[in-house]
Amino acid sequence: MNPAGLPEQMRRAWAIAKKDIRIYYFKGPVLIFGIFMPIFLFLAFLMGSRELPLPFLVSGLIGMTLFFTATAVSPAIFPWEGSAKTLERLASCPITIEAIVFGDMIASTLLGIGITLFTVIIGLVLGLTLLHGIILCIAIFLAAWCFSAIGMLLAVPPTNVPSNIMMLSSLIKFPLVFISGIFIPLEQMPSWGLVLAVCSPLTYFTDLIRYSFTGVHYFPVLIDLVALGVFTLVFTVITMVLHKRTISKRM
Amino acid sequence: MSDAIDVKNLTKQFGTTVAVDNISFSVQEGEIFGFLGPNGAGKTTTTRMLTGVIPAEAGTATILGYDIRREPVMAKQGFGVVPETSNAYADLTAWQNLMLMGELYGLGRARAIKRASDLLGMLGLIERKDQKVQAYSKGMKQRLILAMALLHEPELLFLDEPTSGLDVHSTRMILSLLRDLNRAGTTIFLTTHNMEEANRLCHRVGIIRNGKIVAIDAPEKLKTAIDRVHRIEVSFDRDVPGDALLRLDGVTGANRTGDKWQITAENRDTAIRSLVAFSQQNNRKIITLNTIAPSLDDAFLRLTEEAGP
Repeated sequence: MNPAGLPEQMRRAWAIAKKDIRIYYFKGPVLIFGIFMPIFLFLAFLMGSRELPLPFLVSGLIGMTLFFTATAVSPAIFPWEGSAKTLERLASCPITIEAIVFGDMIASTLLGIGITLFTVIIGLVLGLTLLHGIILCIAIFLAAWCFSAIGMLLAVPPTNVPSNIMMLSSLIKFPLVFISGIFIPLEQMPSWGLVLAVCSPLTYFTDLIRYSFTGVHYFPVLIDLVALGVFTLVFTVITMVLHKRTISKRM
Repeated sequence: MSDAIDVKNLTKQFGTTVAVDNISFSVQEGEIFGFLGPNGAGKTTTTRMLTGVIPAEAGTATILGYDIRREPVMAKQGFGVVPETSNAYADLTAWQNLMLMGELYGLGRARAIKRASDLLGMLGLIERKDQKVQAYSKGMKQRLILAMALLHEPELLFLDEPTSGLDVHSTRMILSLLRDLNRAGTTIFLTTHNMEEANRLCHRVGIIRNGKIVAIDAPEKLKTAIDRVHRIEVSFDRDVPGDALLRLDGVTGANRTGDKWQITAENRDTAIRSLVAFSQQNNRKIITLNTIAPSLDDAFLRLTEEAGP
C-alpha cells in the first residue's frame, strides 16, 4: 500500500464522504438551504405563473433542486470543521487536502443527485414523459459535481463561522438562479440577460433537463454537455488549489 | 539509534510576531521527549508544524525520515496526534470515530475492528462505544482521542497537554499507557505544562521561551545544571559547632535551621564525604542526610527567566 498513491487517497476521500453524509446531511442549514428553499421558491413561482407549461415548471424545479442541494452541504463543511477543530484532526492525518475536498464534494454530489432524483420522480408522476434518459443522467451527474465544486469554492474564504459562508453563498446563488433560464425561458431573455446566462453552468443544466423532457433546447446538446464539463473541471481544479492555499489559515 | 524527529532552523511568523524563531533539535527513536515552555512560548505552534497542520516559513522538519512539507502523507502515516483540544467528531459515536481513523490510515476493516475493540477496552470506553461523543466527559473524550491516535500503531506519538484538566483516574490511565507504549518502542513527543509529569516521564526535555530553545537535556541534568551551589541538609544525634562544619572540605556555608544544618557546597560529593568523616572522627551519628536538589520547576523558572528580555 502506498499511502500517498491515488487509489489509496481515493479510498480515504470516500471515508471523508461517508463521514460528511453521517454528520452534515441533517444539519439545519443544509435542510433549509438545500431542500425547503427550492421547494418554497418553486411554489411561489408556480402560484404566480399559472400560464407556463408543466414541463417548463418541473424542469425549473429539477434545476433549482439540484443547484440548491448540491451547494447546500459543501460550503458549510470547512467552516463547521474549522470551528469544531476536527479540520485540524484531518490535517494531521495522512490524507491530502485535495482528497479531503474531493471527499466533501462526493458527499455534496450524492445529496444533490438523491434529492433531484426524487423531484424527477415527482415530474414523472405528474405526467411528464422522459424522452432522453441517458442525457438526463449524464447532466444530473455532471451538474451535481459542478455545483458541489461551486459550493466548495464558496467556502474558500478562511472563516470558521458557517453563517458567514451561508450568507455569502446565498448572495451568489440567488442571482445565478434568476439568470439561468429557470424562471424566464432563455428564448424570452433580453440580449444582456443571455450574456449573463452563458456564464452560468446552471443555464446549460436547465437546457439539458428541458431537452430530456420535451426535446426542446436552446443550445445544441453537445455544447450544453461540453460547457457543463468545462465548468466542472475548472471549478474542481480552482477549489482544490485555493483550499490548499487557505487551509492553514483556518487552524 | 536514528532520529525520529529532526528539526533544523524551523521558523514561524504570525504577522510581525515571530512565534518560533529558528529552532533546531532532534528526538531519538524510542525516546520520550518533553517540550516545555510558558504560555505563548511557541510549543503548540511547533507541534502543529511538526505534525503538518501549519506550514513553517523557514527551516525543515524531518519526521521518521520524511520531510513533513515535501512528503506529508508518508510522514503522517507513521505518527499519531493527541492535540490540546478534543477534536473527535461529536456527532459520531466513539466507534464511528475510530472506524473513520482506520479508513484514513488505510487499515483493513478487520484490523481496525480488532484495534478499536482492544483500545476501547484498555481505555475503559468499550461499554459506551456506541454513544455519541458529545455526551462524553472531558476525560472520556481525551481517552478516545488517544485511542484514535493509537489505532494504526504509530511509531511516533505527538501529545499536546494530554492530561490537562483531567481527573486523577484519567491522568494515571493515560500516563501508564504512555509508559507502556514507550517500553514497546514508541517514540513520544510530549508538550506539557506539568513539570512533575515531564520529570517522571521524559528522558529529555527541551525548554522553549519566546520562540527560542533555551535548554535541552535530561531532567536531572537540567536541575543540577541550574545551581552551581548545592545544598545538603544534615542532622546529628548531638550538637555540633557550626565553625567545625565550616572548616570541612567542600563546605562553603553552614546554617542551622531547627535541629538540622543546611550545608552549601560547591562540590556535593566532597562535602558529603567530609560530613561522614566528621561524624566518625567526632563520634556523632548522622540522623538524616538529604541532598536538596532543585526541582524541574526551579530549573524551568530559572531558565525561562534567564532567557527573558
